[in-house]
Amino acid sequence: MIVAEAKPLDEIKRLVADAEKILVVGCGTCVTVCFAGGAREAAVTASMLRMAGRLEGIERQVTDVTVQRQCDWEYVDPIADQVAAVDLVLSLGCGVGVQALVERFPDAWVVPGLNTKFMGVTLEQGVWAERCAGCGDCLLGLTGGICPIARCSKQLLNGPCGGSIDGHCEISAETPCAWQLIYDRLAGKGKLDALLEVQPPKDWRPARHGGPRQIVRDDLRLNEAEVGQPAEQEA
Amino acid sequence: MRENGYLSGSNLERVLRAGRFAVTGELGPPQSADGSVIREKAALLQGACDAVNITDNQTAIVRMSSIGAGTIVVQEGLEPVIQMTCRDRNRLAIQSDLLGAYALGMRNVLALSGDHQTFGNHPAAKNVHDIDSVQLVQVIADMRDKGVFQCGEAFKGQEPRFFVGAAAAPFAHPLDFRPYRLAKKVNAGANFIQTQLIYDIEAFKGYMEKVRKLGLHEKVYILAGVGPLKSPAMARYMRDNVPGMLIPDAIMERMSAAGAPWAGKEELSKEDKKARSQAWREEGIKITIELIQQLRAIEGVAGVHIMAIEWEEAVRPIVEGAGLLPRPVLEPAA
Repeated sequence: MIVAEAKPLDEIKRLVADAEKILVVGCGTCVTVCFAGGAREAAVTASMLRMAGRLEGIERQVTDVTVQRQCDWEYVDPIADQVAAVDLVLSLGCGVGVQALVERFPDAWVVPGLNTKFMGVTLEQGVWAERCAGCGDCLLGLTGGICPIARCSKQLLNGPCGGSIDGHCEISAETPCAWQLIYDRLAGKGKLDALLEVQPPKDWRPARHGGPRQIVRDDLRLNEAEVGQPAEQEA
Repeated sequence: MRENGYLSGSNLERVLRAGRFAVTGELGPPQSADGSVIREKAALLQGACDAVNITDNQTAIVRMSSIGAGTIVVQEGLEPVIQMTCRDRNRLAIQSDLLGAYALGMRNVLALSGDHQTFGNHPAAKNVHDIDSVQLVQVIADMRDKGVFQCGEAFKGQEPRFFVGAAAAPFAHPLDFRPYRLAKKVNAGANFIQTQLIYDIEAFKGYMEKVRKLGLHEKVYILAGVGPLKSPAMARYMRDNVPGMLIPDAIMERMSAAGAPWAGKEELSKEDKKARSQAWREEGIKITIELIQQLRAIEGVAGVHIMAIEWEEAVRPIVEGAGLLPRPVLEPAA
């Protein structure tokens, strides 16, 4: 899932400073699961902004609504009227959600309430860790299912570097060494031979380095008659 | 290989090929644009080393570039080993810098991944790591041996012909994999290896035994890293904080014992502190000399790499004490 965390309240207050009518929009998917931007957080944020406004002598109207997925038009469209009725939308979606609202409601002013962190797992309640960097060319098949792009501080393909000690990375004792994990995993499976091969430089084009990414699947696209309107997505 | 049989013809390569026990040193560029610092340090190392490593923003602290400083070192008649990290440059910058370095007379390169930027003075910097150190070795060797850039395109003129070095951390983890990672660097094309600082001779013997079993000592020149300790505190810090740094108790105790005459004194005068520091440093140099003699006796060790960080004055007495002066003067490669 996409893991995010709330921006500090002071920053949010600055972002919404000029608005009198605010709609806080939560998202029912990833950010609900990581307790950053679901219905509960949207309600709490709205109430905090009301209180903060009162303390500053501003009578603000702050309402909240949570959609199932802020990154899908189908779930976003039903809140069009609520969006049209306010000066400002505070999105508690990830960065994708914020931009989806902007794209769908070009007249609205939308600001982010979260910092989007990474794609990761919940290790335990209250602890999330990065697992995928979205590099676009998955090499987990080579490394025993442990990603050196997302989990090695130097993104080495021929690790570990000399900074691996007692299972952790030299940058901090709290950062497991991805290459120790890979080594242990392959050793356990009797596949250490895989590590002897010199892995060539990676093609980073499928990662963000080839420019913004988009996937087009012609087998799934609807023809104009089926859509009934021009495709919304920009090329 | 060229007609003269040398890969690069560098002094370091010729010394090693002649079967002589090689000595390399280290020259850290200043955190300034003052070239005189390089000239002063070069004078201290002149005649004491076969080549000197010029560090590349070591510990991720911005310093004069290794190629800039290396150019001054070449002018001073000393041979540089250009350190090149993958932290600060992508594959384009790495290759273009290497072309420039070769044109300016540099002949040795040490390929490194680079200390992580969080340790340096620009912790907010973006790191690059487009390629890693093993891949960098391959890029430099392919430029020389295949005459191609990393993309596979052939050179249209003179290709850079470097003697390619790589680093080894024998005691970092996972320990069992370390000789095999060295093998990867050799397979990628490394011609010489400089190791992390070695203080634990017994542990290093064990590592070298595994290296010999893989036949690596016959494919690559291994220079064991040594460095004089300046004080017991420095020794403790390195032992406790640097990954893969083994310092046996006997050496820790020798460093402490060197300062014993001043131990237990209530307050040390400036002169006392100076004398104690002097005693520690003398012991540090003595230990280094003994380590070199022990390392030299290990099969497969082709030389030593002396890292006297910000203490270039220590190198000559160490080399002399180890009986390694004068350094061989070989006919330049044809």
